[in-house]
Amino acid sequence: EFRRFSLERSKPGKFEEFYGLLQHVHKIPNVDVLVGYTDIHGDLLPINNDDNYHKAVSTANPLLRIFIQRKEDADYSAFGTDTMTRKKNVLSNVLRPDNHKKKPHIVISMPQDFRPVSSIIDVDILPETHRRVRLYKYGTDKPLGFYIRDGSSVRVTPHGLEKVPGIFISRLVPGGLAQSTGLLAVNDEVLEVNGIEVSGKSLDQVTDMMIANSRNLIITVRPANQRNNVVRNSRTSGSSGQSTESSLPSSTPNILANFLQEEDESDEEDIIIEDSGEPQQIPKAASTSESLESLTQIELLHESTQNGFLPSTEMNLSHSAGSISMEYEVRDPDHKSLEEDGTIITL
Amino acid sequence: MRRFLRPGHDPVRERLKRDLFQFNKTVEHGFPHQPSALGYSPFLRLMAIGTRSGAIKLYGAPGVEFMGLHEENNTVMQIHFIPDQCQLVTLLDDNSLHLWSLKQHSGASELREEHRFTLKGPPGSPPSATQITAVLPHSSREVLYLGTESGNIFVVELPTFTVLEDRTITSEAVLQRVPEDYCNRRSCELVEALREHPKNPDQILIGYSRGLIVLWDLQNNKVTHHFLGSQQLENLYWQRDGSKFISCHYDGSYTQWPVSSDNRQPEPLENLVPYGPFPCKAISKIYWQTTKNGVPYIIFQGGMPRASYGDRHSISVVHGSQQTAFDFTSRVIDFFIIFSSEPTAEFDDPSAMVVLAEEELVVIDLKTAGWPAVHPPYLASLHCSAITCSHHVSNIPLKLWERIISAGSKQNIHYSNMPWPIDGGTNIAPDPPQRDLLLTGHEDGTVRFWDASGVCLHLLYKLSTVRVFLTDADPNDNMNTLGEDEWPPLRKVGTFDPYSDDPRLGIQKIYLCKYSGYLAVAGTAGQVLVMELNDEDAEHVVDHAEADLLQDQEGYRWKGHEKLKTRDGAVRFEAGFQPFVLVQCQPPAVVTSLALHSEWKLVAFGTSHGFGLFDHQQKRLVFVKCTLHPSDQLALEGPLSRVKSLKKSLRQSFRRIRRSRVSSRKRRGGSGNAAEVQEANAKFDQDALQEMELAPVQRKIEARSAEDSFTGFVRTLYFADTFLRDSSRHCPSLWAGTNGGTVYAFCLRVPPAERRMDEPVRAEQAKEIQLMHRAPVVGILVLDGRSTPLPEPLEVAHDLSKSPDMQGSHQLLVVSEEQFKVFTLPKVSSKLKLKLTALEGCRVRKVTVANFGSCKTDDYSENDLAVLTNLGDIQIISLPFLKLQIRYPCIRKEDVSGIASCVFTKYGQGFYLISPSEFERFSLSTKWLVEPRCIVDMPEVTSNNHVHNKSGMENAARKSRSSGDYGEDERKSGRLMEHALLNDEKVLKEIQSTLEGGR
Repeated sequence: EFRRFSLERSKPGKFEEFYGLLQHVHKIPNVDVLVGYTDIHGDLLPINNDDNYHKAVSTANPLLRIFIQRKEDADYSAFGTDTMTRKKNVLSNVLRPDNHKKKPHIVISMPQDFRPVSSIIDVDILPETHRRVRLYKYGTDKPLGFYIRDGSSVRVTPHGLEKVPGIFISRLVPGGLAQSTGLLAVNDEVLEVNGIEVSGKSLDQVTDMMIANSRNLIITVRPANQRNNVVRNSRTSGSSGQSTESSLPSSTPNILANFLQEEDESDEEDIIIEDSGEPQQIPKAASTSESLESLTQIELLHESTQNGFLPSTEMNLSHSAGSISMEYEVRDPDHKSLEEDGTIITL
Repeated sequence: MRRFLRPGHDPVRERLKRDLFQFNKTVEHGFPHQPSALGYSPFLRLMAIGTRSGAIKLYGAPGVEFMGLHEENNTVMQIHFIPDQCQLVTLLDDNSLHLWSLKQHSGASELREEHRFTLKGPPGSPPSATQITAVLPHSSREVLYLGTESGNIFVVELPTFTVLEDRTITSEAVLQRVPEDYCNRRSCELVEALREHPKNPDQILIGYSRGLIVLWDLQNNKVTHHFLGSQQLENLYWQRDGSKFISCHYDGSYTQWPVSSDNRQPEPLENLVPYGPFPCKAISKIYWQTTKNGVPYIIFQGGMPRASYGDRHSISVVHGSQQTAFDFTSRVIDFFIIFSSEPTAEFDDPSAMVVLAEEELVVIDLKTAGWPAVHPPYLASLHCSAITCSHHVSNIPLKLWERIISAGSKQNIHYSNMPWPIDGGTNIAPDPPQRDLLLTGHEDGTVRFWDASGVCLHLLYKLSTVRVFLTDADPNDNMNTLGEDEWPPLRKVGTFDPYSDDPRLGIQKIYLCKYSGYLAVAGTAGQVLVMELNDEDAEHVVDHAEADLLQDQEGYRWKGHEKLKTRDGAVRFEAGFQPFVLVQCQPPAVVTSLALHSEWKLVAFGTSHGFGLFDHQQKRLVFVKCTLHPSDQLALEGPLSRVKSLKKSLRQSFRRIRRSRVSSRKRRGGSGNAAEVQEANAKFDQDALQEMELAPVQRKIEARSAEDSFTGFVRTLYFADTFLRDSSRHCPSLWAGTNGGTVYAFCLRVPPAERRMDEPVRAEQAKEIQLMHRAPVVGILVLDGRSTPLPEPLEVAHDLSKSPDMQGSHQLLVVSEEQFKVFTLPKVSSKLKLKLTALEGCRVRKVTVANFGSCKTDDYSENDLAVLTNLGDIQIISLPFLKLQIRYPCIRKEDVSGIASCVFTKYGQGFYLISPSEFERFSLSTKWLVEPRCIVDMPEVTSNNHVHNKSGMENAARKSRSSGDYGEDERKSGRLMEHALLNDEKVLKEIQSTLEGGR
């Protein structure tokens, strides 16, 4: 089905409104759809938030071709670069999905279905010699996969150079999360775990801290290899090679305590099984009667405003997609929890 | 996070915290670990014990105790009290001498180190020249005679430790007049013993290790008598009148020598090998005590026939035809005799023998026929069987207290009723504010009830659970049951028993309800006993039930130990706590948690497989719940079987040697038992070492998964009357927390009292909470509407607690090893949390609610959580807001067994084991403090010729240092000394001139 309609270029409005409009003109008010457009290079690109919607509208020349697919039978592989220059054009792909089945592509999911694995954060407030790495751990499918050991490092003190005990990464498990990020390496010195300095703590203490924070582990290291350090002005991420432009103001002051406070709040919730019902996540006992979802949203907005800046993420995701969708996924009461913790003893 | 970065700056709260919390280690209870030396002052009536770690502890009347620690932490080899002084000298194994004194400071006496001294020889001399082997504090209180390995005797002045070189007694001087042929055969070698003449302070007896004994005249600096012993010398003892002395020897013999002015080289009067004729072990110390009736007491250590009894640690007492060899289960360190210290008394008249063995203190009453033991009021051997768990109950009602004491007194009939003979000093500590009980569970299946109210931890009552079971150990298998005619006449004394007949009997959990007198104990083989206090002994059948915790789980096979066999039919129980219900868990894994509700008459128990609830009124199992995870294979093999093949060891022998930390490596002699223990220890050390080598110095960082072993292990059980289902009706409930971070809540229906026997108790699972961080749940607590923890069962009924607020909404506090979380009830939603591990890297090991009272005002008190972490820190966390109040380092983090043994009281005190035999008591509260406070005064010497200064020991000490003041001589010889001095002015002058000459 084809529809043609006009939009005011200067006032495109919000993505939500546009989405509603699309559903309206196609008379499919309750069908979830994926929206895409072809850009000037002929690439089929998704429209799923205000930013890329605005970008799409701005590229209209003057016509903007928009593709709509039902979410259930969406062909994600249709999106991406060069999609329109392939031999089989997008349209045929879209229109004849059975054609596509014979030749399965590697499925590249939508940005909101991505989840970040790791990120370098707080680049603006840390010395260049340090790196703060955040590891996101989901479920038990992939181990964190690293070992730490005791060691000694040299510090500059008022009395000159002094050898002080320190904690170092001793081994990376092949295929583990830590190794796959490329952000941690053997002999990196661990300085902080989730904002708490490790100096003066024993190896076992640090181990316990890391395990207790394993769902959202932020470790600050002094990399053994100082050649891949983040160059502050260009704001590129270090070792992985991929880089993204930061789309947010970089000068917002960030207070560590604030940041950690939010980290603290954003971790997982426990599960309750009432009588012999279904497992549910335990809600926060909030003073308001807001639903879990709305509460989460509020907290997230809070977080992004408080943090005030975006860490340059390892994946090339925009801020909104990377942060919000990920958080939402973790909190979604029935989306992920069972899958993640499929080991709950049911009655 | 903010709460940690910016800890509470509320000044009001900060001030209040100072009034509430204070950390003190107050007193050590129990028996000093690895004692190495013993000393006694008949003048002060104080006993001193030194240890291998350099501690020195003084004990007098109950409550009078002092402790000192040598900085060097070296073994204390010898302790000598300075006659008639509040001072003592210790010799350490680094050859240093230390002078300690008891001084009064702000109303109480304190033990302080005054001086230290190391004897130095002339340059170039070998170290043995100054290695001190014998110490004699002279009755003049001015000098110490120090016998050395070289055979020289040095004289040092007190308290300055100045060496008086011109008075040194060299071995050459001694040997001058020794007959040629004797001298050729043996050199003097080391000085084994120095003894002052009991009547004449100018004469000292010197014993050299090769057997030569000489009487040395201090006035004329020459030998007056030679006693040519032929055997290697061990020790010497003067008889009271100074006319004879006795020497004991390496070959197990002792010899009496006469001392008279006409024979300068007397022959021995009598030479006897008491346990001959076969070769005997050395007699290392001997006493000869005179009595009115003329029959002396000869008391000596050792001397047993080498081949058949060489492994025994014995002290023999011979009194006429009576002879007993007291047989100790551990090595005898030293002993002393308490005898008449009245200087005028003509005879010794010994009253008691005090023996310090390696693991216990034994006091024998020598006045009562049969020589019974005296029950010590302190220095209890906590580890007479290894402690496996402990439980503290505060504020025991008087009625229960008296009943326990009366039950205990029936067990103590074989003890002497002699008053405690070591009674120096005065206890001036206020009376303990309440009656507290500390219950310790032991490996041999006993529970000991200790009076923990005050400074002296003493045994009230001992409960044994063994009687309920059939064990393979033959009850008649007593190696010491010997007939009347048996020789040597060994008699086992003391309570230290390092063997456990069957490790399955070990007690793991104890719960005592102080209001009803119900006691629940649970053990290693899944046995749970419910007991009731009965003042009479009784014979009855114990109801027996089995709880199959695996239920319908398939394919599991228990590879651990078998369950204990029960005795059929009626069993006779002595007065005290008598079991009436036995529940045995199947599989018979160790019971890991226990709760008793005396009002509902329910007992809950948990193991690594699940938990169950038993109605001990109707004697019916209410339900069981399996907590096993399907992948949890380890739980089935039995935790013990992995550590040590228990079955194997059971097969081999039921006399399993306790894996105590008692280090027997340093034991010098000994074979048999000692060797066995040594072997076992060596093996254990080796195992430990191997384990250490296997453990890498690196740590794996991995999120916990549900597949970890032992997730089903039930860590905590808790009864609460709360709102479980809806907010309008509260009901009895049972809560269980597992190692895998799961909390189960069961709603209970307990029939009202009048129909309690007619209707069954029902239970239904109401909730299951899975903590996402999956850390072991170590505590569950329900807070009422006023955020106060729910009272204990029957507490309200006894008017000892306000009834809980059932109006406001209740809250559930779940403490895991890593986090504290508060949830609302009945709808479970999380309200508050404190993530301890995520911030500090420490884990919760023990947690209790403690009530802290303010030291400023009587009417303020609050409940807080007292928490012990794996790092040995103690933290106080406020309720209900979970704010960290204060933290104190308490136990070394390497001291795993100390941390594991810690028990908190309800009023902010606590105990933990600093060694297998000692509890350290600590206090977190400013209000509840139990610590020794005592005064030791110089006993008054009623002498009419001497101006006695009553105003404290400092004056007396100063006074006594002035020359010629001999008025306060050691009592045993003092009065006679006085006579000598008064009647013979020449002697007095001579002494004075000697002393002045010495300066």
